[in-house]
Amino acid sequence: MRADTDTIDEFVASDYKYGFVTDIESESLKPGLGEEAVRFISAKKNEPEWLLEWRMKALRHWEKLECPTWPHVKYPPIDFQAISYYSAPKKKGDGPKSLDEVDPKLLETYEKLGVPLHERARLAGVAVDAVFDSESIGTTFKEDLAKAGVVFCSISEAVQEHPELVRKYLGTVVPYTDNFYATLNSAVFSDGSFVYIPKGTRCPMELSTYFRINAANTGQFERTLIVAEEGSHVSYLEGCTAPMRDENQLHAAVVELVALDNADIKYSTVQNWYPGDEEGRGGIYNFVTKRGICRTNAKISWTQVETGSAITWKYPSVILQGDNSVGEFYSVALTNKAQQADTGTKMVHLGKHTRSTIVSKGISAGRGQNSYRGLVQVGKKAANARNYSQCDSLLIGDRCGAHTFPYIEVKNTTANIEHEATTSKIGEDQIFYCNQRGLETQDAVNMIVNGFCKEVFRELPMEFAVEAQKLLDVSLEGSVG
Amino acid sequence: MSNVATTDPATTPVEAFVQLEQNGVELMPLRKAGLARFSETGYPTLRDEDWRFTNVKPLTELPFRPVTSPFDQTPGLEQLGEVTFGCLDADRLVFVDGHFKADLSQIADQSSGVTVSNLAHFEGELGSLSGGDDNPFVALNDAFFTDGAVIQIGDGQHLAKPVHLLFVTMAGEDGEAAHVRNWIVAGANSHGTIIESHLSLGQAATVTNVVTETRVGNGANVEHVKFQDQSAKAFHLASLHSELGRDARYAFHSIALGARLSRNNLRLRLAQPGTECVLNGLYMTRGQQLADHHMIVDHAAPHCDSHEYFNGLLDDQSRGVFHGRILVQPGAQKTNAKQTNKNLLLSDDATANTKPQLEIYADDVKCTHGATVGELDADAVFYLRTRGLDACTARRMLMHGFAGEIVERIRHDAAREELDALVWNRLEAKHQLD
Repeated sequence: MRADTDTIDEFVASDYKYGFVTDIESESLKPGLGEEAVRFISAKKNEPEWLLEWRMKALRHWEKLECPTWPHVKYPPIDFQAISYYSAPKKKGDGPKSLDEVDPKLLETYEKLGVPLHERARLAGVAVDAVFDSESIGTTFKEDLAKAGVVFCSISEAVQEHPELVRKYLGTVVPYTDNFYATLNSAVFSDGSFVYIPKGTRCPMELSTYFRINAANTGQFERTLIVAEEGSHVSYLEGCTAPMRDENQLHAAVVELVALDNADIKYSTVQNWYPGDEEGRGGIYNFVTKRGICRTNAKISWTQVETGSAITWKYPSVILQGDNSVGEFYSVALTNKAQQADTGTKMVHLGKHTRSTIVSKGISAGRGQNSYRGLVQVGKKAANARNYSQCDSLLIGDRCGAHTFPYIEVKNTTANIEHEATTSKIGEDQIFYCNQRGLETQDAVNMIVNGFCKEVFRELPMEFAVEAQKLLDVSLEGSVG
Repeated sequence: MSNVATTDPATTPVEAFVQLEQNGVELMPLRKAGLARFSETGYPTLRDEDWRFTNVKPLTELPFRPVTSPFDQTPGLEQLGEVTFGCLDADRLVFVDGHFKADLSQIADQSSGVTVSNLAHFEGELGSLSGGDDNPFVALNDAFFTDGAVIQIGDGQHLAKPVHLLFVTMAGEDGEAAHVRNWIVAGANSHGTIIESHLSLGQAATVTNVVTETRVGNGANVEHVKFQDQSAKAFHLASLHSELGRDARYAFHSIALGARLSRNNLRLRLAQPGTECVLNGLYMTRGQQLADHHMIVDHAAPHCDSHEYFNGLLDDQSRGVFHGRILVQPGAQKTNAKQTNKNLLLSDDATANTKPQLEIYADDVKCTHGATVGELDADAVFYLRTRGLDACTARRMLMHGFAGEIVERIRHDAAREELDALVWNRLEAKHQLD
């Protein structure tokens, strides 16, 4: 075991390569949450009266709520008055009209992160919306998308240009009263992406948002809204990074998906916020509410690869309201160092013949604590509902933990619900077999872990799958088990 | 003569208790502490995670009067002969409304190292195993328990016959509560079988609140069958706290058929290496019944095995609740834990809630859990039909198999056969009604 422990220590110490800080002048709201802050954000974004009112309602409701304690994670209480709720790169003059006018330092940041914003983007064929702290700094391929009738822009822009759409759908899936962090987000959300796919349209390219936290002492509260009209199809990717800092930073996002009849939304996340150091200092608190609603024959598929954040707390959910609708959840969650994750999904079957699949792979290393928490609920009218859940945990080292908390609530006899879970470690015989075939132990571990996650990676769009696999390899460096 | 404490129906248990104290009754510290704990927590609500699916409100609305003096008229022995396990060749302790009935009990000569008796004034280490539990009903039991069984098997000794603990509620009034306390210690390398049954002879909405503490010594082998078949209006709350020593073997079977609301809290602590424990349960509910099993298996030592099998058959508007948590402590390597919960819904109005959980802090372990909810397997029905059985017979056969899977794990032959017949007849009766 001795040798194991040493190599695990090494692995725990491996570096976070996105931890740099961009030295850019930014404009931040002074810390504190109250009516003033909400009005400031709303005014900054030149928002209509109804939205300000909605934010105010959320703020008043939030003041009555208490911070939830049920997740299987430990962290000191957060002082919500010490956080700045708005930070944006300082604009020169009227602000950039196109990407060419954006501060080159910002573009450099994204270049460093490997996010294609410029001509490289054209080659990659992915439309990107880049969000820096509280502001969207630019969206690529807007014109090409507009030709297909697709709206892809920051949510602040959507409020200005498509207020009727935003007003119709905002808060319909995650109401402002939903939960502590969703309510907080409703009051102070700054930016995020908005996607609208018109009836019968297949979005011509992958859409992607890249979130970056840069400023210190700020929280990031983005709000994403995706509406897929009848018979449309869209695939959306999301990536996140943040600099290395000693203090914890809060990220409380809300994502709402609306899939109307026969629509299909695929939402993929590669989350790599700064995870903190091996002592658990610093890192992002990632408290996210993600939910989608499926109408008749619609399908929503969540795929997530969670490797970052000090604490991850998110349950991408699907409300299967329409008959024959389908919900899917594929997840890989890796915790190492002192990371904690409490993640999973909720599948709420309301319509007839609804189906859902849950595949969750948890990998714990170092002193990481990884929990799967999921709910499968079958309503009284959901005849012939079908669910299959599988949660597998892999433990690397003897100081980590893997936990499973599934909830199953069934009110219909014709439901068919299966839940399976296993917990295991990488077997010595597996490693031995690979060694014997000439593979280094480290490569063998990577190979086994990648095999373990294959079911999930298969669901990711190709470029992302490669990136996710690399991310996992880097994270597992030195973790000879 | 009244058999119930003559208190105003509106008095709460706590007030009744204070009255007792004022009347100069000497109270043991356990009772005082229990009352203090209960005053602090009160009854659980649906907002408590552990009671999310089990609403005890109907129970808390009852007057909930502890039966403080024994009932005069007791069932004759001939009547007892007719109840389940009444004819089983066993030592028998009979309790009516929580009070020991010496005239109905029979204890053969056990060897010198074995004690089988009622609790009477035994204090022993009561509360030493249940102490850490924040279940309000354990606190209530601490405060109000009237009597119960003491079974102590010395090192290397064994029970010559199984011990049958028969708990009967006679009470004719709603809200009368029997608080029962059992203390079981099996010494090193001892073995024995304990059969516990809970029945009601009246139809009133009575409350039974039983707490059992079991210490299974190194190398001991204990089988415990708990059978609950109370009236459809009764409330049954049970809490088991067991600690297992090195290389101990322990099997606990819970057969829950009766009561409007039954809740079994099972807390197992595998304290030493090499233990093997089986928790095995069957619940069959109909009407408005709710059967809840809530367990935590704490693997505190390496090289332990635990297996949990729970099957539920839910009919009418009834509800089955299962909560199982396997907790593997840091250092409990080579743990092998398995947990399954299967539910058959026989009616569109029935509900199953299941939470099979794993909490693991060690890496070299093998833990699995599985849960299913649904109808009978269509393929299995089809297979039987291809063999020439009609659909109805095929379904019956599968249902019997589903229940039988649990019953057949009971090792004590006579008890298993009696339960097997009983469960069979219940299922057939249900079939007749269809």
